[in-house]
Amino acid sequence: MSEHSRRDFLKGTLAVGAGLAAGIGAPAILKAQSKSAVKIGVLHSLSGTMAISEVSLRDVVLMAVEEINAKGGVLGAKIQPVVVDPASNWDLFAEKAKQLLLQEKVAVTFGCWTSVSRKSVLPVFENNNGLLFYPVQYEGEECSRNVFYTGATPNQQLIPGAEYLMSKEGGGFKKFYLLGTDYVFPRTANKILRAFLLAKGVPADSIAEEYTPFNHQDYQTIVGKIKRFASGGTAAVLSTINGDSNVPFYKEFANQGLRSENAPIMAFSVAEDELRGMDTSALVGHLAAWNYYQSVETANNKKFVQAFKAYAKKTNLPGGDKRVTDDPMEAGYFGVYIWKQAVEKAKSFEVDAVRKAVYGQTFAAPGGTIKMHENNHHTYRPVLIGEILKDGQFKVVSRSKGLVEPEPWSKYTSADKGCDWVKHKGTYQKKA
Amino acid sequence: MRRLVFVLLLAWLAAPAAGHAAPAAAEVARALADLAGEDVAKREAAVALLGKTGDPKWLAFLGALREGSVYARLRAGKTELVVGGTKSTRGDQDVIEIAGAYGRETLGTVPLAELKEVGADRALRLVIKPFLDADETRAQLADRDPAVRRGAAVKLGNQAAAGSEAVVEAALQKETDRWARHALAEALALIRLANAPPATRAVPALALGNLHSSSALPALGRLAGDAGASPAERDAATRAIRQIERWGLLTTTVETLFQGASLASILLLMALGLAIVFGLMGVINMAHGELMALGAYATFVVQNWFRASWPERLDLYFVVALPVAFVVAAAVGLVLERGVIRFLYGRPLETLLLTWGASLIIQQGLRLWFGAANVDVSAPSWLSGGAPVMVGLQLPYNRVFIIALAAVSVFATYWLLFRTSAGLRIRAVTQNRAMSACLGVRAGVVDATTFAFGAGLAGLAGCALTQIGNVGPSLGQNYIVDSFMVVVTGGVGKLAGTIFAAAGIGGLTKGIEPALGAVFGKVAILIGVILFLQRRPAGLFATRGRNAEA
Repeated sequence: MSEHSRRDFLKGTLAVGAGLAAGIGAPAILKAQSKSAVKIGVLHSLSGTMAISEVSLRDVVLMAVEEINAKGGVLGAKIQPVVVDPASNWDLFAEKAKQLLLQEKVAVTFGCWTSVSRKSVLPVFENNNGLLFYPVQYEGEECSRNVFYTGATPNQQLIPGAEYLMSKEGGGFKKFYLLGTDYVFPRTANKILRAFLLAKGVPADSIAEEYTPFNHQDYQTIVGKIKRFASGGTAAVLSTINGDSNVPFYKEFANQGLRSENAPIMAFSVAEDELRGMDTSALVGHLAAWNYYQSVETANNKKFVQAFKAYAKKTNLPGGDKRVTDDPMEAGYFGVYIWKQAVEKAKSFEVDAVRKAVYGQTFAAPGGTIKMHENNHHTYRPVLIGEILKDGQFKVVSRSKGLVEPEPWSKYTSADKGCDWVKHKGTYQKKA
Repeated sequence: MRRLVFVLLLAWLAAPAAGHAAPAAAEVARALADLAGEDVAKREAAVALLGKTGDPKWLAFLGALREGSVYARLRAGKTELVVGGTKSTRGDQDVIEIAGAYGRETLGTVPLAELKEVGADRALRLVIKPFLDADETRAQLADRDPAVRRGAAVKLGNQAAAGSEAVVEAALQKETDRWARHALAEALALIRLANAPPATRAVPALALGNLHSSSALPALGRLAGDAGASPAERDAATRAIRQIERWGLLTTTVETLFQGASLASILLLMALGLAIVFGLMGVINMAHGELMALGAYATFVVQNWFRASWPERLDLYFVVALPVAFVVAAAVGLVLERGVIRFLYGRPLETLLLTWGASLIIQQGLRLWFGAANVDVSAPSWLSGGAPVMVGLQLPYNRVFIIALAAVSVFATYWLLFRTSAGLRIRAVTQNRAMSACLGVRAGVVDATTFAFGAGLAGLAGCALTQIGNVGPSLGQNYIVDSFMVVVTGGVGKLAGTIFAAAGIGGLTKGIEPALGAVFGKVAILIGVILFLQRRPAGLFATRGRNAEA
């Protein structure tokens, strides 16, 4: 890998050198790039704890690049991906981002999964005017000029998930147990969920909140508590438990005699890719809220799923054609196309021009057409509630009417704040 | 809307008693035509008509409608409703298999473009739902699995709809399973409490008290505080609440004790092998966690082998996996000891580094061989679910099994060390290596067998852990810290110390976790252990271990 990027670096400097030698000055860097190739950065952990989730994101980005290159590239330039490995180390994320922006001079970067890694690279992208596409659902409360968020904001995932459980169709649940892994996403998510539930008239003593450490395995006590909390039958669990703690949790849940029809778990961090290689028998019947599932029935999605399986097989990725697609992967994939369309609209790779061209872009993504917001750097997406099936796939049980507008600042916790990069400079105070 | 649904539910629940109200064929035909149309009210009426037939085939059709797989097609100038099946691509067009709406007779494969989807929006789905739910609940009440029947009873009790009283009563009369009977009786009392006329609610309230029904607490609380209720009712509700709360305290206590025992047995299983190797041989085995991982992966391999060769005997795989995991880990331990560790006895720092290196090699080897992602070890059916032992308490089989396994392992270890000649030799070498060698004990063989036995116990622990946790290459790292904590707290070289430390840490963790939560519970335990070791650096049971040079 390092061999590869060193060679890229050499090529890059040569191109820059050629541009300077021609005496055209700084903008020539971009022109020199556009004639031959344009570099993009891929900043996902390929080792460490997050590798399980992030490797798939690298895979879809590279697949999208291959597809685009096969059709002639962008503005006549072939895309040349520079893949780096920040190794699930938050400081290394910033370092690698610097390397991508300053040494490799990439036109755009696709990367990050955890919120802490995004927060770590944020200053790098803002100070050097880079461009980052971030593909994962997150807790919101952010509005960066240099980031496009293609995953869901709280109102596109958390709130509809809770709303579904409260609705008649979802079972009319009245008590909620907010359970999460102890870090920034679950804490913020639960803050927003709690504010939403209180606003909807759920009394405070009908909401419980609890956190576990990463890799927590012993859920006896918590499931015991949930059981007592749920007696009376109107309680549901809203879970932001991350990663492999989910298996012991669902197992214990089933073993202590709780069933999905009486106390369902609505998960916000369990997708197809995580269910791969899990014993799913204890999870069947529980719910999840996402903006895309592999099981979505559209012609585009069928193509996407098949293309990815074929790509995984062709490039000998582990798992081969048994690989699955999920929400962050779809977001990572269409992010590349949104960037391509914006570049073509701006007729330039320059960050500021591309940024403005992204506003309002639409794209026929695998799960249906999506649209970039006109001014807040987030994405209009549909919301789908899915039920976990035995084979690790989801059956859609409820979907939003059309696309849902993204709200980076939740109206339940930050009603006075908005995000707008056209009429304002990012986050602004709304007038009362 | 709510009232409409409720009325429909009542009508549906009452329907089977009155026999199938079979609508005329013309009515059904008109309902189907309405469904294909746009008029919302007519569509809802059509769903109600089909739902009220109680005919399983029409209910299946409504299920298909809710899932969005019903289509309309024009045939001979008339609209016909069909149910879509598998979609595929033929040439450049998408085609779909279709079947008749009622009988599901195959109607061939047609291009998707020729069909119009008959969607069910949210409002329509809400009308469909009670019909399907009632049908599902009835099927569940007749299910073969008592746990499913119990679940259905709990659901009916929570809904407490007057219309389901007859259904529950009928089910109660047929029910033979003790716990399903209990759930049905509870559901019946809940329904009666919610729907009985005023002044007659004392009887169901008292019944709920006698059933120790924690589900009834909210309803009873309302009754006790209801100014409109008769004094007898309020009194009955108060008594019932007191009864239920006392019972709740009892179940919580028993539950916490069991949880403590379960955690203690897991800690004990993990630490036992480490205690033997660390305590008896003075080797700090950093690869202990990876030996556990090997045991877990051995279980995974055995499971896959059963899945491929004897799928009908899959449930037995775990019985085979236990000894296999022991043997695999013991064999690797043996190789490790004979290959390298024996050259480093008496140099604890070097063995620490060496075993740490070995742990990295094993871990990476597992990652290369099995992949970085977790692997799926499914629980055999006899280890899934739990045994209801008292009202409100169900003990998971996997945890009961692990407690038993830990007990057996401890007794076997004791027997081996104190009741066999091999154990005598181990203890002799532990106390004085040179003297034992002089007396003809082959110290090298004793070292090898002791280490292999300790490694085998780690494999056994790994096998047991597959039933409660994840199996991945980093499994060992997740548990090694806890294992060392137990051994160090217990006092190096004393089995009794390890047992007491496991019980103490397990019990204490579960005792304080409900109050402090998982994160602070763990912090508190670590602080407790550190303070304890400050007072007694040698642990609970201090003894002199052998440093191999002795």
